[in-house]
Amino acid sequence: MGQQGPLLSIDHISKEFYGNVVLNDVSFELKAGEILGLVGENGAGKTTLMHILFGMPVIADTGGFKGRICIDGQEVSFSSPFDALDAGIGMVHQEFSLIPGFTTTENIVLNRESMKPSILNDVFGDRMSILDRQDMKKRAEAAIEKLGVKLDPDMLVSEMPVGHKQFTEIAREITRSKTRILVLDEPTAVLAESEAEVLLKALRKLASLGIAIIFISHRLHEVTEVADRVVVLRDGIAIKDTPVAGVSVRDIASWMVGRSVATERVSEGEAREFGPEILSVEHLWVDMPGETVRDVSFSVRKGEILGFGGLAGQGKLGIPNGIMGLFQAGGVVRLHGKDVPLNEPRTALEIGMAFVSEDRRGVGLLLDESLKWNIAFTAMQIQGKYLKTILGGLFRIRDEAEMRKLTEEYIAMLDVKCTSPSQKAKELSGGNQQKICLAKAFAVKPDLLFVSEPTRGIDVGAKKLVLDTIHRYNRDYGTTIVMVSSELEELRSICDRIAIVDEGKIAGILPPTAELPEFGLLMSGLGANGSQEDLSA
Amino acid sequence: MSGTKSLGRFLTEYAVVIIFLLITVAAIPSSGLSIQYIVQEMITRLGRNTFLVLALLLPIYAGMGLNFGMTLGAMSGQIGLILAINFNIGGVEGLAFAALLGTAVFMGWICGVVLNKAKGREMVTGYMLAFFINGIYQLIVLYMMGFVFPIRSSAILLSRGYGIRNTLNLEIVRQSLDNFLMLRLGEYTVPVATFLVIAVLCVFVVWFKKTKLGQDMRAVGHDMSVADSAGVPVDRTRIIAIIISTVLASYGQIIFLQNMGNMATYNAHDQTSFFAVAAILVGGASVKKATIPNVLIGVILLHVLFVVTPRAGQNLFGSAMIGEYFRQFIGYGVIAFSLVLYAWRARKDAAWSREGLRGSSSGAVPAAAAAGGEGSAK
Amino acid sequence: MRSAKQFVTDFGWPRIIIFIFLVLLFVAAPFFRVRIDASISDVLNRFGQNGLFVLAMVPMIQAGCGLNFGLSLGIIAGLIGSTLSVQFGLLGVFGFFGAVGLSVPFAVFFGWLYGLLLNKVKGEEMTIAMYVGFASVMFMCIMWLILPFNGPTMIWGYAGKGLRTTITIEGFYRHFLNDFLAVRIGDSFVFPTGMLLFVGFCAFLMWLFLRTKTGTAMTAVGSNPDYARASGISADKMRTISVIISTVLGAAGIIVYQQSYGFIQLYTAPLAMPFAAVAAILIGGASVNKASMVNVLVGAFLFQGLLTMTPSVINSALQTDISEVVRIIVSNGIIIYALTRKTKVTK
Repeated sequence: MGQQGPLLSIDHISKEFYGNVVLNDVSFELKAGEILGLVGENGAGKTTLMHILFGMPVIADTGGFKGRICIDGQEVSFSSPFDALDAGIGMVHQEFSLIPGFTTTENIVLNRESMKPSILNDVFGDRMSILDRQDMKKRAEAAIEKLGVKLDPDMLVSEMPVGHKQFTEIAREITRSKTRILVLDEPTAVLAESEAEVLLKALRKLASLGIAIIFISHRLHEVTEVADRVVVLRDGIAIKDTPVAGVSVRDIASWMVGRSVATERVSEGEAREFGPEILSVEHLWVDMPGETVRDVSFSVRKGEILGFGGLAGQGKLGIPNGIMGLFQAGGVVRLHGKDVPLNEPRTALEIGMAFVSEDRRGVGLLLDESLKWNIAFTAMQIQGKYLKTILGGLFRIRDEAEMRKLTEEYIAMLDVKCTSPSQKAKELSGGNQQKICLAKAFAVKPDLLFVSEPTRGIDVGAKKLVLDTIHRYNRDYGTTIVMVSSELEELRSICDRIAIVDEGKIAGILPPTAELPEFGLLMSGLGANGSQEDLSA
Repeated sequence: MSGTKSLGRFLTEYAVVIIFLLITVAAIPSSGLSIQYIVQEMITRLGRNTFLVLALLLPIYAGMGLNFGMTLGAMSGQIGLILAINFNIGGVEGLAFAALLGTAVFMGWICGVVLNKAKGREMVTGYMLAFFINGIYQLIVLYMMGFVFPIRSSAILLSRGYGIRNTLNLEIVRQSLDNFLMLRLGEYTVPVATFLVIAVLCVFVVWFKKTKLGQDMRAVGHDMSVADSAGVPVDRTRIIAIIISTVLASYGQIIFLQNMGNMATYNAHDQTSFFAVAAILVGGASVKKATIPNVLIGVILLHVLFVVTPRAGQNLFGSAMIGEYFRQFIGYGVIAFSLVLYAWRARKDAAWSREGLRGSSSGAVPAAAAAGGEGSAK
Repeated sequence: MRSAKQFVTDFGWPRIIIFIFLVLLFVAAPFFRVRIDASISDVLNRFGQNGLFVLAMVPMIQAGCGLNFGLSLGIIAGLIGSTLSVQFGLLGVFGFFGAVGLSVPFAVFFGWLYGLLLNKVKGEEMTIAMYVGFASVMFMCIMWLILPFNGPTMIWGYAGKGLRTTITIEGFYRHFLNDFLAVRIGDSFVFPTGMLLFVGFCAFLMWLFLRTKTGTAMTAVGSNPDYARASGISADKMRTISVIISTVLGAAGIIVYQQSYGFIQLYTAPLAMPFAAVAAILIGGASVNKASMVNVLVGAFLFQGLLTMTPSVINSALQTDISEVVRIIVSNGIIIYALTRKTKVTK
């Protein structure tokens, strides 16, 4: 490639969302033909950085960013992803952006089809041109050739294995004649081992053709295998920018999760006594889209707080959703030694489990109804509470007064900011909505409570309140809690044990006081064999 | 896919056609009509109705379902004919005048804009929009023509001095297209010119699908969000699909009415979309997939049934009304059945493709799974 | 000020315009020698006739099944009940309640089947409901011709079989509810106490039902099916219940309508009835996925008011019969308006 200036330079970029700093003075450079591994935990700022690079409207809508992006030394500013495409940046997203009913060729050249002018062009413009299917196929084949993979240009995407879809997507980005920079966001997440290897080979081939690649992956061994250089983001800061040569996976893992400040344990030094086993799970599988659980076994003892961590998409969210019957699941689950029938949400609630969903607005709340409804509904439906009889026992209707009393109790207990119990749930802030979700679960007085991503999308102050509430509830009522979270720090702050989920399986279970690199390694698909022994800690 | 499964899929795919074929074949003998009579009727009705049914194709390609809003096109065509009569433009020229008036483009644009605001429930919205525009049509034709808009020919006005008569005599354009080139084939008469116009439209549809716009329409029809992220102007493409459909429907209605020879000013368009939609579904089309053969088969099957049922009802039950009700029942029933079958199958397909993922090595492809379903619109 | 603005956006301009229009019609009426008392009496009567149809929209909207364009199924069940009642020669109170009683089993059965069907086609409910309704009406047309009814007032005299298009219920249960405790003031004002009481009673039952455990669950299913499922509610079951209730109300509704109108209308008469009910509840302020008792009462009153007042006032003012066109534009316009409003903003 010779000695030349950087193709892309990210120059002192900072970004904050409503006072919350997500990126702090990030700088790095990318040369033509170079593969850059970009790694970091969830929330480290990878996505935001890519949004800035692509000129996503969400960035401008939230006040823009500080710093400069230069291509070939020229400062660029994109107002939409299409500008970025024009400037030669291609992006392969985590979710496929393909049309299933179209062939490989049609998808590769989507909206950039080869055309032959027709007689109607003069009257109605270019869109009346005839497609030149032969040329389209030629271009598609050329792109496939460039990737060095086997793809049938005439196959329908809907009939393809997943790996081929991923290649089709990449082929589409490189057919743009201008594409010089390619960003791949977790391209191997959906691939089997063998497919992933083919992909890495293809990436090296592309790089040898002079295309610069930003490769985002949580599989650190892939990063060390394919990248020339690695940039580690942590809490919005580019903590490390170094050539890959001589760097081990363990090094990257510790850079990724390392904290300068020690974690503040809420209950340092407290002696913890647990009761007998309350929940045991054997060989659980859950078919939750994007969070597939393949084979998970664990047990929880009464009064314990068990944490589930791991990166997004690895299956940790599938565990509570599967046990609570919200997604198709299989395996054996026992509560108090008795089998729990799966796929029946009602039974799961009736036998004393409750769930605070990670999808607060989608599953957790009735946004258009009052707080009273939101809190009392499950208890009313499952346990027949908050009903009164009228007309001499002819009808049983809602006891609005009781519901109000209950709601006021929780509003006081959890310090919910609202105007009245009759306010609609959609009018509350994220943190207060989360408290309502907790109140709903508390109202059924469960023996075992699942809490999924309790602090997602809420501000720092509210985070602490929510965590304290969960912690206090465990201490005050002895309720067993299984908490799932992407944020390792919050798991470490209140859990008694933390299980890390990777690729649908438990990679290992660690005490909250374990060294950070240990967690990092487990998350990176390199779980040390034998850590399963910690299971019954 | 296993053998029984593909047989099952074949049967559900063609269930409507098969059931219809059986009913029709069973009804022909009991009607006592001669085959010659039925064949001649079919030739006439193919010429009369095919164009209207073809107008439904483009919105189906664009993923907007069955365009119940085609009635707007029918009304535009009628306005064109009223004005042709008013200016006393007869023959094929009169038809051309009605066709080129351009009301349909405007109507199609309105329909497209409204349907873009009701994504996901285009069909019911299109249906209600047809009712709504029917009110506007009546307001204009029944109250404003001759009152606000000057009408030259007093013969077409109601005796009160404004508003068009309930029945309009289309004598000057009557069958002008059909008779333009009428061929006698043995005992049958074939309106060659009409069939030529239909053939040209078929060629246009085939050609159109090969254009960039046609490809964009397919992309939008398959997956709006992917098409949008690839830079295809989704809303605009959908509006164009509806405009073309509306314009074609207006031509179709003009062809239909010139064959009938007179026009029920306020009712002629009432059942246009019902007959057209029933025909295309009987031909084996679905909400997402339709072909030119679907149209031709559908028109023939539906109309054979329509011709024979009143007579069959008379002969079997001693009441022509039973046949009349029966054919309407069949028409509505076919539409309901096809819609149910389609909606049910779309859910089934989504479930199937998810099942394929379960426990396999693939993790997160919800988008592809959900969008699966129908194959390409050929 | 903010709340006034909020009110306007929530309620929507079309409804406000319709309301103002109706008020203007009442104000203008005396100038065109239209009797106010007769008009009000007429509006009240039609309100009672159609109230149950509008009420029938509520459960399905609340359960998330959309607007019940297939209300004709309930109407058909009511027609079966009423023709059987006349056939059996039930009179007066037995005639009316006999018709209702005979129609309920049919309505429950039809509603159950219809509910199962709608559960299989989530997302396409409205179009399918419409065509299922049409097809059923046409099927019943054939049935009316061939079912072995033989009451002499019911069948065609010349053919000796087949039901008539309209069957009089004079002497059976005509005005059974209308005349119950009716208050007559002057010679052109009648307050149909019994009918309004009956409609009010049904509305009260619905109000109670929406407050029971099942009613609450149903509303939750319509509001957020995933939330309901996570709380152990079967969405399909709730939806089926809502469809059955809607169908039963449709059946009772047509019988109330008949006793006031005086005739049983068969054959294609039920085809257009659902549209009027849909338009009415939308005019009352309901959306495709939220409806309340207030929407029912306001909607039925506004819509029937419009139907009564436009012909009498507009036609005498402009000396034309333009009111029918006004009705078409207003009622279908409001349906389009509701269908094109974004309903999933809070998800």
